[in-house]
Parts: sequence; C-alpha cells; structure tokens
Amino acid sequence: MWLNTIWFVLYVVIIAGYAVLDGFDLGVGMLSPFIARNDREKRLLLNSIGPIWDGNEVWLVLAGGALFAAFPFVYASLFSGFYMAMMLVLLVLILRAVAIEFRSKSENPTWRNTWDWFFFGSSLGITLLFGVALGNVVRGIPLDSSGNIHANLFDLLNPYSLLVGITAVAMFCLHGAFFLTQKLEGDLAARAKAPIPLLMGGFFVLATILVAWTLTADTYIQDNFIDRPWTVVFPLLALASVMLAWKLNTRAAYLGALVASGATIALLIATVAAGLYPVMLPSSTDAANSLTVHNASAAPETLKVMFVMAIIGLPFIFLYTAGVYYFFRGKVTLDEESY
Amino acid sequence: MTAETLHRIQFALTASFHFIFPPMSLGLGLVLVIFGVKSVRTNDPKWRQLSLFWTKIYGLIFALGIATGIVQEFEFGTNWAVYSRFVGNVFGSLLAAEGIFAFMLEGGFLGLMLFGGTKLGNRMWLFATTMVVAGATFSATWIVMANSWMQTPAGYEVKDVGHGDQAFMTSFVDIMFTPSFINRFLHVMAASWMVGTSLVLSVAAFYLLRKRHVELAKTMMRVALPVFAVTAIVQALVFGPNQAVTVTDHQPAKLAAMEGVYQTDTCVPMYLLGWSDTATEETVGISVPCLLSFLATGSFDGQVEGLEQFPRSDWAPVNLVFQVYHLMINLGAIFLAISVLGVGLWFWKRKLFHTRWFLWILVSSIVLTQLATLSGWWTAELGRQPWVVWEVLRTSGAQSPNVSTIQVAISIAMFVVLYAVLFVFFLWLMHRRISEGPQDPPSEDEIESLPDSFGEIFRKRART
Repeated sequence: MWLNTIWFVLYVVIIAGYAVLDGFDLGVGMLSPFIARNDREKRLLLNSIGPIWDGNEVWLVLAGGALFAAFPFVYASLFSGFYMAMMLVLLVLILRAVAIEFRSKSENPTWRNTWDWFFFGSSLGITLLFGVALGNVVRGIPLDSSGNIHANLFDLLNPYSLLVGITAVAMFCLHGAFFLTQKLEGDLAARAKAPIPLLMGGFFVLATILVAWTLTADTYIQDNFIDRPWTVVFPLLALASVMLAWKLNTRAAYLGALVASGATIALLIATVAAGLYPVMLPSSTDAANSLTVHNASAAPETLKVMFVMAIIGLPFIFLYTAGVYYFFRGKVTLDEESY
Repeated sequence: MTAETLHRIQFALTASFHFIFPPMSLGLGLVLVIFGVKSVRTNDPKWRQLSLFWTKIYGLIFALGIATGIVQEFEFGTNWAVYSRFVGNVFGSLLAAEGIFAFMLEGGFLGLMLFGGTKLGNRMWLFATTMVVAGATFSATWIVMANSWMQTPAGYEVKDVGHGDQAFMTSFVDIMFTPSFINRFLHVMAASWMVGTSLVLSVAAFYLLRKRHVELAKTMMRVALPVFAVTAIVQALVFGPNQAVTVTDHQPAKLAAMEGVYQTDTCVPMYLLGWSDTATEETVGISVPCLLSFLATGSFDGQVEGLEQFPRSDWAPVNLVFQVYHLMINLGAIFLAISVLGVGLWFWKRKLFHTRWFLWILVSSIVLTQLATLSGWWTAELGRQPWVVWEVLRTSGAQSPNVSTIQVAISIAMFVVLYAVLFVFFLWLMHRRISEGPQDPPSEDEIESLPDSFGEIFRKRART
C-alpha cells in the first residue's frame, strides 16, 4: 500500500508547510506587544504579514481537506474527539482574521487597542492549542474500538502536551523574530532582534527536555527509531539547523537564519512523523485501537485520484507562493491601502 | 432537545451565516474584473478609483467569508463524525480538491489583489484580481459538486470493509458530475452574481439619492445593472425552472414537499402563497392551475408524484420547505420585475437616475438578494431531509456520537454571540466605508509609473 505512505508523507509536508509559513506570522502576532510601542509601529508589524498571512493560513484549510479525503477516520475521530478544543481553535482563528481586517478600519484608539490584544491573544491561542493537540497525539489518546475518543478539554491539558504547546510558542516567536528582521528598519528592527538569543536559548532548552521526555516515556517511538535507524537523520538535521540558525544570527545573516529556523520547524515535525509512522493516532487504552495509515485511510481509488490532483496542483501552489513572496520582499512601508 | 437537533441547528446557523459572504464576493469579483478590463482598455483613472473603493469592501467581505468558511470545513469532522467516515472516500476528495485548486489560488493572489491598487499597473492588477475571482469560482464549483453529490449521489458503491458501511468511489467523474450538478451550479452562480451586483446597485442608488459621487454612481450602475438584469432574467426563466425539473427527476419527494403536493395527480397547481398542513395533508393558498405539472413535466396534464408515494418517515418538514421555497421564487419574480423596470427606465427617456422610488427599491435589493440565496439554500438543505445523503444515509445518527448535548449547546452559544458581534461590526464597517465614499483617483502619471508586466515587476522591485 505505497499510496497510503505517499499520502502520509504528503500530509506531513502540508502540516510542515503550514507550520513553517503560518509559524512566522503567528510569531509576529505574539511578539507584537513587546516590539511595537505606538500605532505606527504596530501597523508596520501587522503589514509585514498583511499580504501573505491569508495565503499561509490556507495551508491549514488544505490540511483539513486533505485529512478528510486521505484519512477520513483520523479526521472524524480527531475532530470529534477534541470537540471543545476544536471549537476554541475555530474561535481564535476567526478572531485573528477579523482582528487583522478590522483594526485599521477606525482611528479610535480603544478600537485599535482592543483588536491589538485580540491579534496577540489569538496568535498565542492558535499556537498553544495546536501545540497541545500535537502533544496529545504523540502521547496517545483514549480511542475506543470504534474509533471514538472520550476525553474532555481538561484531559487534554496534561503536562507533556502543555510543554509541547509552550515549545511551539517559543519556536514560532523565534521564527517570527527572524522574519521581522527582514521587514523592519532602524530602531524597530533592533527591537525585533533583541529577544532572539533569549528565544533561541529557551526554545533549545524546551526542545531538548521534550525530546528526552518523549524518548524515555514513549517506548513505541523509541522502538520505531531503533527499528528504523535511518530516521534519526530528522532529529539530527533539526539539531544541525538550530545550530546553523544560531551561527547565522551571530553573523547577522538573518535571511539565512529565517530559512534555518523554518527548516528546524519542518524537521521537528518530520521527526514526530517518523517516530509515529505508521500510526497516526495512537490509542492510549489499547494499541489495537490505534488509527494507522492503513486502517484509517481512504480506499486506494480515492487516494489515487487525490494523488493525481496533488501532482497537478502542488507545483502551481509552490510557484505562485514563491512569486508572491518575491513580490512582497523587502522592508515594509505604509500607504493608504495598508492595514 | 436531542443532540442531533442541536448538531443540525449549529450547522444551519454557521452555514447560513457563512453563506452571506461568498455569493457577495463572487458577484462583486465579477464587477471588479469588469472595472479592471475597462481600466486597461480606456486608461481612465475613474475605473481605478472605483476598483480601489470596491476592492476594500471586497477585502472586508472576503475576510469574513474565509473566517467563517474554515468553520464549515472543520464541522463535518467535529459534529458529523459518522457522516465523515461514511463519505470520506467521496465527499472528502471534493473538499480536498477545493483546497488544492481553489483556496490556494485565492489565498496566494488575495494579497496582490488587495494591495495591488498602489503597487501594480492596470494589467497586472487585473491579472491578480482575475486569479482571485477564478479561485473563488473554482471554490464554488467544488462546493456545489460536493453538495450535489449529497443531493443526487452517483459514482459510488456502499460496502462494509470492517468499519461499518462506507461509500466507495467507483468513478470520480460521476462523483463530480452528478445528475444535478450542472443545473445547480448555474443556479448558484447566477444567484451569486445577482447578490454581488445588487450590492453595487444598492450603493450606487444610495449615492444618487443623496446626490453624492453622482458621476461615479452612474458609472457603477451602468456596469452593475446590465449584469444584474441579464442574470435575473436568465435565472427566472431558465436556470431556476431547470433546477426545479432536476429536482422533479431525481428527488420527487423533495419537489412534493416544496410545493406541498400530497396526492399524486395530473394538472397539479403551483402556489404563489400558501400554507401546508401535514396533519390534514392539505395545502391551501393562491395557486395557478396546472402550472406545476407544466413546469415539471412540460405538459399541463403531466403527472406529479405526491408525498403519499413516500413513507411519512421520508418526508421533509413540508411546510417549512414550502415557505422558504416560495419566498425564494417570489423574490425571483420581484428581481425579474426590478430588472425589466430598471432597463425600461434606463432606455425610456433616461429616467433611471432620477426616479427616486425606483432608486429606493435598488437600495433595498441587497437585502432581498441575500434573503433569496439564503432561502434557496434552506430549500435545498431542508428539502433533502431526512437524508444527509439522499436516500443513502439518514441525518439522524450521522452526528458525532461522542460529543455531548451540553458541548454542542456551549458551541452554539459561542457561535451565536461571536457571529452576532461580527455581523454588527461588519455592517458598521460597511456603513463607514460607504459613507466615506471613493477617494480621489490617482493621476494617470502615477498609474503609468506602476509596474505593469511580469518583467517590470521583478526589475523595478529589484532596484528598490
């Protein structure tokens, strides 16, 4: 069943694409109250992601659709099982979209301040919630034999998953700070650069604890890495790219550091995927109930049709995403069309 | 209230609120493409002035469309897990196709479109706008495909391979082009163009009544009125009736509910207004004799199947479907009248821009078209009940079994509060934008200096 594996890989690519792209604009949202001090600076930060945040978020929509089509059982079990958490995700996604769109529409300071806090809070909320969700997926969830999850919101808030959430916050803030170095000038750029060492140190410590915790506590993942030793390249490359980002940062080569931090995010997601494969949703109650790329996938006919669509569509997506990023490169300026 | 009812209320609520925005952006997108083409052809700055004004409104509408659209994509999994497992092979692939081919195009070019007014020349801005509008149209295509599959499923077989019954794909082409797809697609697209153009008509009429931006308002009306009139006429005379015939052919029980027909009969009347009582199995009201038979079968003594042919457990909520359906077709008739009147006033002594009572009707047209699309959508979805996939899977039992009544109640409360606040802000921001009116146009020299080909874009940006 090579198609199932191909779709698993494609799915990981989509998730990684989402995390790398939306990661920096969520990071900008979380950093904004600490970097921007007045309305003009806040607008500069907002407009640094203005033309691209929407395209970034579309990767999440794509992830939803692809999961529904390729692994309908994972889609149904995960989304219904995390019902309240998913509703919170939807709430913060909506609030973030309208905060960005609404803020500039009135000059009133209270109006703008309120939406600034929504922008910050929703960026933080999305990052934390996705981190916590990922943590729970790795740790295992109480799946019964018919694929239903019986858990409430508070079951999801366990220490391990919270640590994943906090690590995600540090990671995206770092990624966002590197992105801002490309977009801001002068004093504001200096303020964006200032927290980078702290964020990097924090991220490194948190990620190290997380890796150690995962490998000691989760024998399933441990065994997978022992059985498939070549997959160790993912964590090793992730480590290498963090160090590279550090090195490039000290040399003030920020564009390179941004690419390196993006690579770190993608490689960490690849590490998790490699550790879990072929399981997609491990059951914490009985391993036999786990949803895998084989028992949770769509039928081969569907996977084939979807694969053809992905082959046709993805090159175009990469092409115009690259084109749009190229067009909007360079320092951000404000004009009458800006947010 | 049962969990199933609550799940249905939540889906109806979020889908109905979402459905305010995409038809508006589809129709407004078409108007923006027309403005763009005029800009390229004439180089008259007034077209760019209009584009700048309406693109900002487009951005606001689009943002709410996206924000509320993500909810819809996730809700199949969160609220309808049994349905999702059943249809994943079929329905899921249509949603994924929408993501790959439509959303990515929209999302990629939206930034260029929204910010292109000060950064791109006429040709390149039109290109970006066209890409976004094409993306939105593809999106509508895939969504109507997915919904049409729920109405008239084809290209699948139901098997149990160890996960309970599931629909399996036998032909993707048949899944995309189910018997009802083409007619439903044309019906939805025409409706969307009417909604978008009626928004432009409303604003233009408002400016004319207030004697503000008079020349620009006339230009808006000259673009929007012909599109609105043609689509309204074609909708009322071709696409609408075709859609009713499709329902007759493939979902006779739904047609019977829409018209409140209980007994199978020939020369069945069509109601203009009425009330249908399922207890007494009677429909009363003002009707045109034999018209339904004619529309459904092409002959005045054609036979129309009544609800008696179907077990009561397979009936839709008859009176509700009857009411929303008749609201839609009556509004369709009103749009036909508005179109004929509008075009008449335009050509007859050029009275259109001065006939105040008609301008007030145009101001209200956006509310009426919104009501029509909403009631049309309700007809389609309520008329499909009690099935979620027509005669294949019942709505009852398709919800997520592990989500409790209290959880759905909480999320409904959340959406009610959130959407109410968003809607108030949306109206307020629209009001502000419309009151401000279009800004002064950029000079021809300024427009000239903007990059207007792929080569120029990349050379110019590289220098700065």
